[in-house]
Amino acid sequence: MADQAVVTRAPLPAVTRESPAARVAWAVRSWWLAAAMWTRAIMSYRASFVMMLCANVVVTFLDFVVVILMFRHTDTLGGWTLPELGFLYGTSALALGLANLFVGSVDALGERIRTGTLDIMLVRPAPALAQLCAERFSLRRLGRPAQAAAVLLWSLTALDVHWTWDRVLLLPVLVVCGTLIFAAVFIGFASLQFWWGEAKEIQNSFTYGGATVLQYPPTVFAKELVAGTVFGIPLAFVNWLPALRILDRPDPLGLPTAFQYASPLAAALALAVAGLAWRAGLRAYRGAGG
Amino acid sequence: MALIELDDVRRTFTVRAKAGRLRREKREVRAVDGLTFTVEAGECVGYIGPNGAGKSTTIKMLTGILVPTAGRLRVAGVDPARERVALARRIGVVFGQRTTLWWDLPLRDSYELARRLYRIPDHRYRANLDRCVELLDLGALLDTPVRQLSLGQRMRGDLAAALLHDPRVLYLDEPTIGLDVVSKAKVRDFLREVNRDLGTTVLLTTHDLTDIEQLCDRVMVIDHGRVVHDGGLEALHAAGDSERTLVVDLAGSHPPIEVPGARVVRVEGPRQWLAFPSQESAAPVVAAVAARYPLVDLSVREPAIEDVIARMYAEVAIG
Ligand SMILES: Nc1ncnc2c1ncn2[C@@H]1O[C@H](COP(=O)(O)OP(=O)(O)OP(=O)(O)O)[C@@H](O)[C@H]1O
Ligand SMILES: [Mg+2]
Repeated sequence: MADQAVVTRAPLPAVTRESPAARVAWAVRSWWLAAAMWTRAIMSYRASFVMMLCANVVVTFLDFVVVILMFRHTDTLGGWTLPELGFLYGTSALALGLANLFVGSVDALGERIRTGTLDIMLVRPAPALAQLCAERFSLRRLGRPAQAAAVLLWSLTALDVHWTWDRVLLLPVLVVCGTLIFAAVFIGFASLQFWWGEAKEIQNSFTYGGATVLQYPPTVFAKELVAGTVFGIPLAFVNWLPALRILDRPDPLGLPTAFQYASPLAAALALAVAGLAWRAGLRAYRGAGG
Repeated sequence: MALIELDDVRRTFTVRAKAGRLRREKREVRAVDGLTFTVEAGECVGYIGPNGAGKSTTIKMLTGILVPTAGRLRVAGVDPARERVALARRIGVVFGQRTTLWWDLPLRDSYELARRLYRIPDHRYRANLDRCVELLDLGALLDTPVRQLSLGQRMRGDLAAALLHDPRVLYLDEPTIGLDVVSKAKVRDFLREVNRDLGTTVLLTTHDLTDIEQLCDRVMVIDHGRVVHDGGLEALHAAGDSERTLVVDLAGSHPPIEVPGARVVRVEGPRQWLAFPSQESAAPVVAAVAARYPLVDLSVREPAIEDVIARMYAEVAIG
């Protein structure tokens, strides 16, 4: 009997410290697997899926209409024209939309803790953060980034940008780094929910609230607020600072030009801090119930 | 080397309780308070104790969900909290109160996901799924969305999900909670098979003494986060079997009954409770009572798990 038991078993998987690259690849794959499950789960309620998608498209479309309406009474806002505002709107909404698509669900951490779902995630051989970010993933979240991309494309055709090689390069860098910065803000503030259940509201004001602020030129805000987005929560690196370079505008704070190229650095720093907050949160986790 | 090793493991929770109107007081709850034990490969251990004893907290530390406050912990050669993902491939976990299955999707889809997440080789996956489907009678349920399953069916589905990747250890936190007698029997038969035929180490918590009696060869009783008993089932029997209770209803009030082989422990009007050694038959006691008193009705009570445990503590405290 004992011999047979040995034969019917797979060999014990080796515990080897995986390289950081392998860990990230596995996290991405876990996210992908979980997101695919959620997509199918949500599709099982097809009718409500279609309705939500329609509602989403209408709401996001109206969002930019508000900006256009503002320009019926004025030609510039804070010295910026409508196409320039379209550029800020498009980049900010695109970065937020993509971040929300990939990691936005992390904001439900407090609820996952209360219902015990996090415990279930923690006993699976996949990073809990990846599973949490994919929770309730739905393709209808593509609506926002799609609308933002459309506005951005329109603004690029309407703008008269002097395209130098660094400006051409800055554009994709801006979208990627903006997404990463928003992702870091989502994760960093969500981690607070390990200690403090109501932290979700703070997070919302920095993600959705922050994205709304970034849709307007930095010149319309107080200098202190703009400085806060450079040296505090680094939202200025999402689009304001690189936009100054691309649109050839003066910096209201008069910072060195290097800041306008520093988005990758800011994104890396923000992600590192968010990662540390998440790990500290997991160590402080007290379990569901009790 | 033992499969599970704990060395003076502790876990405290700081809770803030209201003290007076505005003041809030910090208090330390020692959920696990110095556990030291080992479990060898192939054992089936019953882990029991009253509510709040620290059973779930122990399991959460053994699975890497919770980080211990102090002490050393090893499962299958791994520090659970530190290498949680690596450990997850070597263990199976079933929580009776929650499910790992995907609510809106057919049972089969949850298993397919497990195949990918645990990187189960195809032939192992097929062999394990076939065995679970047969033993747990899941064939007709595989294509049913989980939300349509009954509690018992879902529990069987969860058991299968926990075993597809050939885990070395299976932790079960109250796997029979809320199940009817038939479902409980199915779950127990399956667990026995898994432990005996596959050699999977099993650690299970329960409030149902029958689970322990039918499955385990070792029982650990904990209370206030400490082990108060660790050994074979004989001790459980010795403590549990030591006394059964005969409840008799007489026609009218009487002074405490006096019969050989039993003693009265409680009197309430016409009803009296008599304790007698449970290795003895109830028949002579009943006969003796019936011969001398106007007996109207009677029943025999088996000891409940809480009574058994309570008696064990008493012995630990004295001995
Ligand atoms: N997250 C938590 N915060 C505060 N206290 C907790 C927490 N989790 C558990 N406890 C406390 O730790 C102690 C042990 O709890 P645990 O859940 O391990 O008990 P248990 O033996 O599983 O009980 P039961 O039989 O009721 O399931 C209890 O006093 C409980 O109140
Ligand atoms: Mg418990």
